[in-house]
Amino acid sequence: MGEAIVITSGKGGVGKTTTTANIGAGLAKQGKKVALIDADIGLRNLDVVMGLENRIVYDLVDVVEGFAKLKHALIKDKRFENLYLLPAAQTRDKTAVSPEQMRDLVGQMKEEFDYVLIDSPAGIEQGFKNAVAGADKALVVATPEVSSVRDADRIIGLLEAQEKHRPFLIINRIRASMVKKGDMMDIDDMIEILAIELLGVVPEDEAIVVSTNRGEPAVLNLQSKAGEAYRNIVRRLEGEEVPMMKLEDESRFMYKLRKMMGFKG
Amino acid sequence: MFDLFAKVFGRDDASKEVAKERLRLVLVHDRASLSPQALEDLKNDLLKVISEYMDIDDQGFRVDFSRHDDAMALVANIPIRSVKRKSL
Ligand SMILES: Nc1ncnc2c1ncn2[C@@H]1O[C@H](COP(=O)(O)OP(=O)(O)O)[C@@H](O)[C@H]1O
Ligand SMILES: [Mg+2]
Repeated sequence: MGEAIVITSGKGGVGKTTTTANIGAGLAKQGKKVALIDADIGLRNLDVVMGLENRIVYDLVDVVEGFAKLKHALIKDKRFENLYLLPAAQTRDKTAVSPEQMRDLVGQMKEEFDYVLIDSPAGIEQGFKNAVAGADKALVVATPEVSSVRDADRIIGLLEAQEKHRPFLIINRIRASMVKKGDMMDIDDMIEILAIELLGVVPEDEAIVVSTNRGEPAVLNLQSKAGEAYRNIVRRLEGEEVPMMKLEDESRFMYKLRKMMGFKG
Repeated sequence: MFDLFAKVFGRDDASKEVAKERLRLVLVHDRASLSPQALEDLKNDLLKVISEYMDIDDQGFRVDFSRHDDAMALVANIPIRSVKRKSL
């Protein structure tokens, strides 16, 4: 019996989809059997981040409505044969699916997969309720900004009210240079405010944009700092104790990288 | 370490401190599910009840959340003009 994990945040654009794709690919690389569910009905995105947009035939709503079999709707990843995506419907809205239906579907998928990762839409309405319905565990993604932390706090409150497993925090897009200047909240500030357990910290990284352009999760890129952060998160999910990555000033990091590659200066 | 650095160089105005302070306040309202409007309503209700016993200065009347170490308190400041004489 596998584990279902929802990736959520309240606020949009903070990195839920990026996180789902990277953790999914990272777990698959470790040999786990993984299914990703894009629960952002009407705003399908996980397919493009994974580079699988050309393979979609059926979607989540087709399966829930019994129009397609689950095994026909699941798209096999290009890189890993143990990684699958169940895409969101693009021309429907959140009301096409109910929390009960999601619970049944996720329950069914957990019998076949080690991990079922659910990419939640923004908001706290039905789309969110659908996404969390079948989940055993929740990862809350937040960036070090007032609006994002505030929304994360709301989500944490809602998850705790449902007596779900206590959510874990992923801090995304942190910038060491700004933290150093005192112009960005740091890890301790965010943990103090949100009072939940930290699962990982992902730095701001151009490699995320490049990897999204190509449809190849950054977790597979050994040069990427964000990729390294996601690899660490994957190992922690697997129960390994991995110390938090030291955040480096981007400029210092570039300097070291150049030195490593043999440039002087 | 950086904290110390920031303090030594007097950066209490660093924008993250502003962010934290604003978040603290906004989260008190969010967590208590009390909007600024609800707080205003509460204040008016309090004013009504207390006015039955005392003559209060409603201009100086303040109700706010306040932080004492780790605990939150609702603190009211109620300037009194005079206490009403109870009629027998
Ligand atoms: N660590 C990061 N560094 C740089 N860009 C990022 C990072 N995380 C996310 N992004 C970018 O932010 C945008 C929003 O991310 P996305 O995962 O789609 O958010 P959500 O699913 O929460 O709406 C995307 O363009 C993505 O490439
Ligand atoms: Mg998304």
